Amino acid sequence: MSEQTIDLKKRRFLTNATSVVGAVGVGFVAWPFLSTWNPSARAKAAGAPVEVDISKLEEGQLVRVLWRKQPVWIFKRDKTTVSNLSTLNDILVDPNSLETSQQPEYAKNPYRSINPDIAVIIGSCTHLGCSPTYRPELGAADLGGDAWKGGFYCPCHGSKFDLAGRVYIDVPAPINLMIPPYHFVSDTLIQIGVSPEEHEVTPIFKSNKLT
Amino acid sequence: MDNNKNWIDQRFPLTKVWNEHLAEYYTPRNFNFWYFFGSLAMLVLVMQIVTGIFLTMHFKPDELKAFASVEYIMRDVNWGWLIRYLHSTGASAFFIVIYLHMYRGLLYGSYKSPRELIWILGMVLYIALMAEAFMGYVLPWGQMSYWGAKVIISLFGSVPFIGSDLLVWILGDYAVGDPALNRFFSLHVIALPLILVILVFLHIVALHTVGSNNPDGVEIKKNKDKNGIPKDGIPFHPYYSVKDIVGVVVFLMIFSAVVFFAPAMNGYFLEHANFIEANPLKTPEHIAPLWYLTPFYSVLRAIPPMFNSQFPGVVGMFSALLILLALPWLDRSKVKSIRYRSWPYKVALGVFVVSFIMLGWLGMESVTKTNSILARVFTVTYFGFFILMPWFTSIGKTKEVPKRVTGK
Repeated sequence: MSEQTIDLKKRRFLTNATSVVGAVGVGFVAWPFLSTWNPSARAKAAGAPVEVDISKLEEGQLVRVLWRKQPVWIFKRDKTTVSNLSTLNDILVDPNSLETSQQPEYAKNPYRSINPDIAVIIGSCTHLGCSPTYRPELGAADLGGDAWKGGFYCPCHGSKFDLAGRVYIDVPAPINLMIPPYHFVSDTLIQIGVSPEEHEVTPIFKSNKLT
Repeated sequence: MDNNKNWIDQRFPLTKVWNEHLAEYYTPRNFNFWYFFGSLAMLVLVMQIVTGIFLTMHFKPDELKAFASVEYIMRDVNWGWLIRYLHSTGASAFFIVIYLHMYRGLLYGSYKSPRELIWILGMVLYIALMAEAFMGYVLPWGQMSYWGAKVIISLFGSVPFIGSDLLVWILGDYAVGDPALNRFFSLHVIALPLILVILVFLHIVALHTVGSNNPDGVEIKKNKDKNGIPKDGIPFHPYYSVKDIVGVVVFLMIFSAVVFFAPAMNGYFLEHANFIEANPLKTPEHIAPLWYLTPFYSVLRAIPPMFNSQFPGVVGMFSALLILLALPWLDRSKVKSIRYRSWPYKVALGVFVVSFIMLGWLGMESVTKTNSILARVFTVTYFGFFILMPWFTSIGKTKEVPKRVTGK
């Protein structure tokens, strides 16, 4: 017994095995701590869908609501605005909304909306999250004069978007503004946060969808 | 007295530590103006901790109460305005002192062998300090706090694949709000200050292991007398402890002038928009981080989006910061001090300083065509300083370095 030799190989194996088990243990203990940073049940509940009554929305008018603490713009486009949208293709990065992450499938059309009149857009610049200013006036001198067909201008870093939330070429923002999931509960009631598929309610304006 | 000292020394190395780090810690005799800023940084750190402890007693890290609690500190808490202004001015003062301290390192090659670890620990300190300052600026929950946080945190959202989940994880919500404010408060008052104090300790341990550099870049340990004491060394205490007190007095005179007469420093130390409560629906006309972060913010803005992503800009911004870590290995010169360097290094350092200051200035300005071009030019020269460093530090004729410090 006293003349026992030290088995270095076994010792190294045991040291390594203990370290590995210990590291796994640390990983398991770290998980609850890291997980506390994810949205709590209360934060998730506060991120629930919001309903907006648009019965009093006039043409050109824009209302802002908060959904998941993000500003969501809902505005009504008049006929000229809707027809102008198709004239801007040359100065837009992604006129056909090919970037799939920025809008639900049912808003992948020239208007980026379910209904061509009613736009629902998350008002958060895709550059760094500032909220762009609504500049619907045609030919605004500070935004390019006659070429300006109305849109949004980000005061932070100068990004420009059209009235469908599509980004202009040569601005800091890389992609179009985000369209949130939403659907029409009735003619005048929009629910933001739930897509038409998720709801059994048939989108009433589906017949208007021009593609 | 001696008995008490002996009693302690048998149980704790008090005299040993005192001698090793102060009374018998030999420092080069030729320190100049640039050597004030290390001790001043320590002073500011202590000041920030003390004022921070007292601010924490009155501040409420709650989305609905934070802004009002800062106003309460400013108006109703006895001397609250003073403590708050000491803290807010202290933040900017910290960076002024740190930038001068780092510039000293560049001037005299203090990052070069054998002081690479001191430089790296210092750089980690600097990055931790930026995080600390950023989170501190979110706490008053003004417009700039909110929108600044939104812009900076959204940078993490641009990370490919995991970006949006990472963003939600950092914020604890789908946008900047109460959970973010609360966790930033925790990090600002506990986690980061602890890390800062530990890093300062390590920074000094590393420094005292190799000893200080000096304006001549001569290693004083190479010339020792028969007692093993460097011929060009003088004990830190009392010589430099007393010298540093002079620096402290001058610093506090300037610092007090700012605290009492211009605490907002015309929007540079406290931005005007931050006197308005955070409003998620209204972006301020002009968003800029505080001055000490703007050089890197400029780099971020200067790099255009690629592949429909903002990520390259973010990578550029973090590279601008992390490339400083490589400095000890990029510099190939055998000479440490600017006094004996070749002219290409002097020119390059000048270009670098101008680039850094210009990027800082551009980061505070709004984006125009000229400004974006300028920002790109200075981003290139900023990175050029590091990328070309192995080349320009190995060309040109250096002056002969004296054997002993010159005392100039």
